[in-house]
Amino acid sequence: MDLPYLQLEGITKQFGSFTALKGIALDIPKGEFICFLGPSGCGKTTLLRIIAGLEGQTAGTIRQAGRDISTLPPAQRDYGIVFQSYALFPNLSVADNVAYGLVNRREPKARIRARVSELVALVGLPGSEGKFPAQLSGGQQQRIALARALATSPGLLLLDEPLSALDAIVRVQLRQEIKRLQRQLGVTTIMVTHDQEEALSVADRIVVMNHGVIEQVGTPLQVYREPASAFVADFVGRINTLPACVAPGGALQIGRSLIEGDHVGEPGRAVTVYLRPEDVLARPIAPGERHVFDASILAIEFLGAFCLVTVAADALGAKPLQVVLSLNFLSEQALAVGSTLPLKLLPERLRVFA
Amino acid sequence: MTVGVRVAPSLQQQVDPRLRVAHAGLLLVLLLLLAFLAAPLLAILQQALQDATGRYVGLANFIAYAQTPALLDSLANSLWVSALVTAIVIPLAFGFAYALQRSRMRFKPLLRGITLLPLLAPSLLSAISLIYWFGNQGVLKGAMQALGIAQIYGAPGIVLAECFAVFPHALMILLTALGAADGRLYEAAAAMGTRPWRRFFTITLPGAKYGLISAALVSFTLVITDFGIPKVIGGNFNVLATDVFKLVIGQQDFQKGAVVALLLLAPAVFTFAVDRWVAGRQTALLTARAVPYRPAPKAWRDGLAAAFCALVAALLLAMMGMALFASFASFWPYNLTPTLRHYSMGLVDAEVGTAFANSLTMAAATAVFGTALVFAGAYLLEKTQGAGGLRSAVRLLAMLPMAVPGLVLGLGYIFFFNAPANPLGGLYHTMALLTICTIAHFYTTGHLTAVTALKALDAEFEAVSASLKVPFWVTLRRVTLPICTPALIDIARYFFINAMTTISAVVFLYAPETKVAAIAILNLDEAGEMGAAAACAVMITAASSLAMLAFSALAWIVDKKNQAWRT
Repeated sequence: MDLPYLQLEGITKQFGSFTALKGIALDIPKGEFICFLGPSGCGKTTLLRIIAGLEGQTAGTIRQAGRDISTLPPAQRDYGIVFQSYALFPNLSVADNVAYGLVNRREPKARIRARVSELVALVGLPGSEGKFPAQLSGGQQQRIALARALATSPGLLLLDEPLSALDAIVRVQLRQEIKRLQRQLGVTTIMVTHDQEEALSVADRIVVMNHGVIEQVGTPLQVYREPASAFVADFVGRINTLPACVAPGGALQIGRSLIEGDHVGEPGRAVTVYLRPEDVLARPIAPGERHVFDASILAIEFLGAFCLVTVAADALGAKPLQVVLSLNFLSEQALAVGSTLPLKLLPERLRVFA
Repeated sequence: MTVGVRVAPSLQQQVDPRLRVAHAGLLLVLLLLLAFLAAPLLAILQQALQDATGRYVGLANFIAYAQTPALLDSLANSLWVSALVTAIVIPLAFGFAYALQRSRMRFKPLLRGITLLPLLAPSLLSAISLIYWFGNQGVLKGAMQALGIAQIYGAPGIVLAECFAVFPHALMILLTALGAADGRLYEAAAAMGTRPWRRFFTITLPGAKYGLISAALVSFTLVITDFGIPKVIGGNFNVLATDVFKLVIGQQDFQKGAVVALLLLAPAVFTFAVDRWVAGRQTALLTARAVPYRPAPKAWRDGLAAAFCALVAALLLAMMGMALFASFASFWPYNLTPTLRHYSMGLVDAEVGTAFANSLTMAAATAVFGTALVFAGAYLLEKTQGAGGLRSAVRLLAMLPMAVPGLVLGLGYIFFFNAPANPLGGLYHTMALLTICTIAHFYTTGHLTAVTALKALDAEFEAVSASLKVPFWVTLRRVTLPICTPALIDIARYFFINAMTTISAVVFLYAPETKVAAIAILNLDEAGEMGAAAACAVMITAASSLAMLAFSALAWIVDKKNQAWRT
């Protein structure tokens, strides 16, 4: 197997007595799109800035393409970077911004001009070379910042919350374009974000971080379906938490219901069961099927095609449960607050944490 | 698995070779600040703790001072005069600022402009005017005596003149304090049916609290450390600032002079400390979401505001106007036909002509070199990395001048540069040293302007440049400097005008051939040439005004050029 393109080993960052990062280890293969995901203060931005050399780590090594870059100043590393604030030079035209790193290489003017047109076309803004940043919208400015970062064909692209300052619609559109661009150019990319939806939609792999440690590294599906910790289960996506206890033989006792399985732990030990709203089904339910229980609707939150329905299910204990039901289903069955309906849970989707 | 948290020895990052250039620059700025700011101040401390032969005597000089009744009188005089001026000026300035910020009266720009006039004149211009109004041959001397004030020379003159000199400074602080109002608070209060007077006491006044504290302290400090006004109109009324001059220049008693200088330093340092504390608080007052307050028109309030402001403006104009009028009067008060005699006499008299040329040279040099130094220092502090110790030293020293009255700085320059062993002694009495002293004296305001402008730039410009492998100086030239040009013009204007009008520091440092115009006024006044003194003050004011216009024109041109990329 090839060596990973970027290797982080034992990266630790200490701010006085506060430890921002605790021994981070991570391998990133060439061409991968990685997202650092976590709540604010989890250390994700600090880690990105350490990779960029904008911040010095207290301990640990970084290798990029086999070269030890642990202590190199930013200018001697090989990356392009895009910040949340765009950081475009306001007094320079779009062309001058994009060409900023090229001019420094003393390339011929015609070559630079050609490269600039190529890049602005690549980010979907052909012909905008003569404009100034202030004449562009936020999304357009961020595209130009992306073009500027890619102009010198760096081996690594670092994106520090690039979409956080944008409107919801522009954000969704631009993240898909970033993904497309990344595929097209094959540039190894690290994006920092606190938006789990963003990470799930663009990343090849997600690094979920909390309190300076990596909680889980995995594909979006792994992180969503098989969260490695209670934190990941909570942070990524919507989830129900139900108090339960381990029953003899590895089964789970949730409320009055007993759900078989091979859960470890002494019988009687209290655990928490994590269950996604979409893993509770309203149909199809065949007669006599197992894991079906009666629920009564307490509240309906209208979200569009789907509704988030809060139900009380005595069989699963006193805590209300949230389930996702389609609008069509609700109207077909004439369900409203107060109605009762049978629901089925998928036992293989249950996650249990102490 | 547990991750052990070991405190590893910090990994040393390699320094970008290009950054070494920045560190060298920072070191240079530090050395300049040490030589021309810290060392002179230490020289004062040293003098205060020595006897005339240079022997260490501990606090003996302070004890001797405390046993000199005449000097203690001066201390008391300084304190009550400064307190009285503060008590008069703050309500007036608050009223004026309130009218400008919280009413819909007309002619606001005009009224605001008039209040700026005293800043363009040497502070002792108001003292000269007062002599023409209320002096021995003053127009309104009778009216004054009817009020029970025997003569203007002494405390009454000082208080009145200082009020005019200090007013614009207090006004500027209060304008800022009252400008930072969140309209939503007033809307919420009005929605709850709060009466106007209660809104004033529960929202307006608390909001301006820090501004009021700051303005009061600044007024007090400006008055207690001012030298020009008491010198011209103080008569036999002694204050600390004139004592320093008499002790050091008149009696060559450096030790007692140093003690008085340290006394003057105390309120300035206190003001500075409170001001810093206030600055930290004030920013938290307004959140990004605040909605600017827009007063609704209200006839009685707007009328009252206009009447009050018009009265204050009229008084300011009367003060400025009298000096102007008197400078053209043939022979006050007997022959008032207009003449250019005082001006021609002043200009023909080589001394004043040279002094005026010296002033212009010094102002220009201060503007050019001061702006360059201040901006370079602020840029290196804000936009480059590394060299932490150097950085905090420069940051500290850059703030120091605000806590040092000009008089004290000037005294320090004598002690330090006049010392026989000092290799920099050759600078003493030169134009270069006058310029350097003026730069040091006004360093902090320029520094803060530059820092504010630099902080407004995206903090990631330098990071982006480094990732694109562009050296920092290229980004400085292509991006930072062009964007900061308006701030540079502001700083240069501030240096130029203050260099034209300052007296307090340079009064200790000039030689006959390096005398500046503001000092020439003092000399003319001493010689009894009041007309020529007034003419000279008017000329300085005119030069400052022209410079102000020129800088404004420059700012306008730059602004036009920047329209292309500004939104």
